[in-house]
Amino acid sequence: MRYLPLTDTDRQAMLATIGAASIDDLFVDVPEEARLKGPIPGLPMHASEMAVERHFSAMARKNMAAAHHPFFLGAGAYKHHVPASVDHLIQRGEFLTAYTPYQPEIAQGTLQMLFEFQTQVARLFGCDVANASMYDGSTACWEAIGMAGRVTKRSKAVISSGLHPHYVSVAKTMARFTGDTLELAALDMAQSDTGRLLASIDGETSCVVVQYPDILGRIEDLSAIAQKAHEHGALLIAVVTEPVALGAIKSPGEMGADIVVGEGQSLGVGLQFGGPYVGLFACKEKFVRQMPGRLCGQTVDAEGKRGFVLTLSTREQHIRREKATSNICTNSGLCALAFSIHMSLLGERGLRELAALNHARAVQAADRLTQIEGVSLVNDSFFNEFTLKLPVNARDVVHKLAAKKVLGGVSLGRLYPGETTLENGLLVAVTEVVSEEDVETFAATLQEVLS
Amino acid sequence: MSTVNASGWRPEMGESDVMAAETFTGNRALMLEEALIFEIGDSHTTGVDFDPAPKVQSRLGGLERNREIGLPGLSEPETVRHYTRLSRQNYAIDLGLFPLGSCTMKHNPRLNEKVARMKGFIDVHPLQPQETVQGALQVINELAFWLVDLTGMHGVAMSPKAGAHGELCGILAIKAALDARGEDRPVILVPESAHGTNPATAAFAGFSVENIPATPEGRVDVAALKARLGPDVAGVMITNPNTCGLFERDLKIISDAVHAAGGYVYCDGANFNAIVGRVRPGDLGVDAMHINLHKTFSTPHGGGGPGSGPVVLSEALSPYGPIPFVAKMPDGSFKLVEEEAAGEMHPETFGRMTAFHGQMGMFTRALAYIMSHGADGLRQVAEDAVLNANYVLRSLEGTLEAPFGASGPCMHEALFTDNGLAEGFSTLDVAKGMIDEGYHPMTVYFPLVVHGAMLVEPTETESKAALDQFIGALRSVANRAKQGDPALKSAPHFAPRRRLDETLAARKPVLVWKEAELPIAAE
Repeated sequence: MRYLPLTDTDRQAMLATIGAASIDDLFVDVPEEARLKGPIPGLPMHASEMAVERHFSAMARKNMAAAHHPFFLGAGAYKHHVPASVDHLIQRGEFLTAYTPYQPEIAQGTLQMLFEFQTQVARLFGCDVANASMYDGSTACWEAIGMAGRVTKRSKAVISSGLHPHYVSVAKTMARFTGDTLELAALDMAQSDTGRLLASIDGETSCVVVQYPDILGRIEDLSAIAQKAHEHGALLIAVVTEPVALGAIKSPGEMGADIVVGEGQSLGVGLQFGGPYVGLFACKEKFVRQMPGRLCGQTVDAEGKRGFVLTLSTREQHIRREKATSNICTNSGLCALAFSIHMSLLGERGLRELAALNHARAVQAADRLTQIEGVSLVNDSFFNEFTLKLPVNARDVVHKLAAKKVLGGVSLGRLYPGETTLENGLLVAVTEVVSEEDVETFAATLQEVLS
Repeated sequence: MSTVNASGWRPEMGESDVMAAETFTGNRALMLEEALIFEIGDSHTTGVDFDPAPKVQSRLGGLERNREIGLPGLSEPETVRHYTRLSRQNYAIDLGLFPLGSCTMKHNPRLNEKVARMKGFIDVHPLQPQETVQGALQVINELAFWLVDLTGMHGVAMSPKAGAHGELCGILAIKAALDARGEDRPVILVPESAHGTNPATAAFAGFSVENIPATPEGRVDVAALKARLGPDVAGVMITNPNTCGLFERDLKIISDAVHAAGGYVYCDGANFNAIVGRVRPGDLGVDAMHINLHKTFSTPHGGGGPGSGPVVLSEALSPYGPIPFVAKMPDGSFKLVEEEAAGEMHPETFGRMTAFHGQMGMFTRALAYIMSHGADGLRQVAEDAVLNANYVLRSLEGTLEAPFGASGPCMHEALFTDNGLAEGFSTLDVAKGMIDEGYHPMTVYFPLVVHGAMLVEPTETESKAALDQFIGALRSVANRAKQGDPALKSAPHFAPRRRLDETLAARKPVLVWKEAELPIAAE
């Protein structure tokens, strides 16, 4: 009970002040039959710090950690090097153990950071404004579709087959309840579906949702889609699951995207087995009042000094209740902080160098892996992730590689179960943490598994 | 504790400000002004050294970036100093009592941080082959086991990313269950005292929302609720303990009535910390309830998140819960049930709510807290949280109006109003006065059911001495507000910023930094 400071003497004195004979008197409103008489049976009693630590060490050892093995997984979560100062700074108690900045006079640290974060995200995405973060990329994507519906007063979203299938699943779940219709097509490794998207846009379309680079790693110009969407009064939503790519390629905003959402995990956050991550959300200024989530804004205090507050809260649930733009009442504050610190450390120059390094390593790896007989590259264009076509089912290959201590990518079979035309596809991500030796080990092991 | 005079009056308040000269830097000793990264960084500086990129032929599809992004860079020492300085302008639970009612700010043990950062948890990918992440899956399974047992429920959905996301999960499960029954029930009932996310969630999921009034003693009006039940009502969303800090003693009666009318009961579990180990919501007929892990199980809130909102489900709703989830197999291994396996193991799922499996980093922290307390300690957690809140309530009753003080003991939070403050003085003034006393203020203007609400939640991790000092401070500030101390109107005087103009921020939104619009310079 090391976290509970009250002593039994304190408890007795406090009960006397309250005028209660025992602690049970404070639970009188709980119906007698619902009151538990003692600790719930079947659950263990309290454990020492050492015992808890030992338990978790044992659990952690059962997992294959990315840093300890040649590692090539991506598909929406990327392994990048995080500078040591990032994790050090986010563990400062004043950041880690603060709450939502509802009292701005004593929350300027969090608020100024959010203002800086919003500016970084807006600039990276080529947009006018960004919010103070969302749960993750997939929920940000769905919120963007909802927002496009509010802006256009239409409910048909045209979705690219290159959008991460889990993001599509999230959108499908939500659409089932909101009555939105999602127009989808099956993913084709052989060709992009830009043509289909262009043909699908009509006067009913609220938005077109495109991932950039897409799930296979392809990089395609979004300008034509933006233009066609705008001609029909629809919005272009671009989804970026690997923000490091934008250090090397044009931003979606430059190509006409109206809303750009993304997953910020790549910068500062780490893999964490899927979460917490940080959703990025940016758009054109004219849509700001339809945006979901928190916003931090600049203002002045009573002495005229610059300061920051949460603002435009009339869009939010604590004021508008059932009329709010979304039900979100939290953001990923600490992950946004990690993202922002990492981005500040990189700066313009560092991000470009990081992006160039990622791309170069990926190109080298693609060239090496396609030397293996029967292995071919699906996409001409890519940033740090590409799709290989294997001569056999890639899912089996992934398990065989893992047995040989190589974490060799994500099979399309896992992402698209039952899609037989995709079974031989293997998504391979190569970031700056992958060494030449790792690539050699991967190539040799893959060759061995395939032969 | 050093007290001010008995009345709490400090006539010299504010004079020190007048006497002191402004400094050249704008700093005041350890209270430091800090410029924005856009003002101190530039596009050439970087705090990260990379290996040179090998020369290759670019394959970027002809979309090479040719425009500057506009990101400032800082060296490593500048970065460390910038964020350390910013951190010092924050109040946090590590600095002192954080009495935000309904938000539950308790001590964050560092053991939890340590285990969450173990390589085997922080450095694993969500799509790694399942045989390589058995330990991570076991942690999720163990936490799920505790949550189900502590709530007396049937199943749990671990993937919701925050409390409000969990609400959506519960409401979607209800909708899916109704769809499976072939019933269209378009209405969700939400009591006035519910969190604002409750009606927003129901509306978001396509329901129309109808309010149910509260009784004068601060609980749901059961008669009004029963009268509204019918074939068009999908269910009710109720918060227990509620936002007035009271236990909804009729919850079982309400549940029975809702079930008899064919609806489901959603319980907002944000306040579960008041009853954990002493009451199981499942015994009260609840069908779905989210649990904010940061509130009950002390995962740090990080200045606004991340949260984590697992949802426990009754037997009736469990078949509809989201994927993915972790199942323990007969051979003792753990399986992640995703789209493919769902057809066979969980065919009625309403689908996926988020890209991956939820907030793993929060799961490890919460499980570490749970194991540290155990079944015995968690019961003590609820008892101490409730004891501390009642101690605050009764100690301040003579100073501030407690509207439901006669309705029985409060649970984990004590509610006061602005009734009795001097003309022109408000709850906001009391809150800002508390900042000068060195405290984060309590929750203000929530819940909406009383005027000028002040909701104090001390939590179980405060000592009696800490509570006594807080009570003394709040009594002093309240007395000054009752006596009309003008200095209180301009509080805070001693914070990094004086009162901020929130109206200006909303009227002329400046949401990103722009070079041209800089000049509100620090003095």
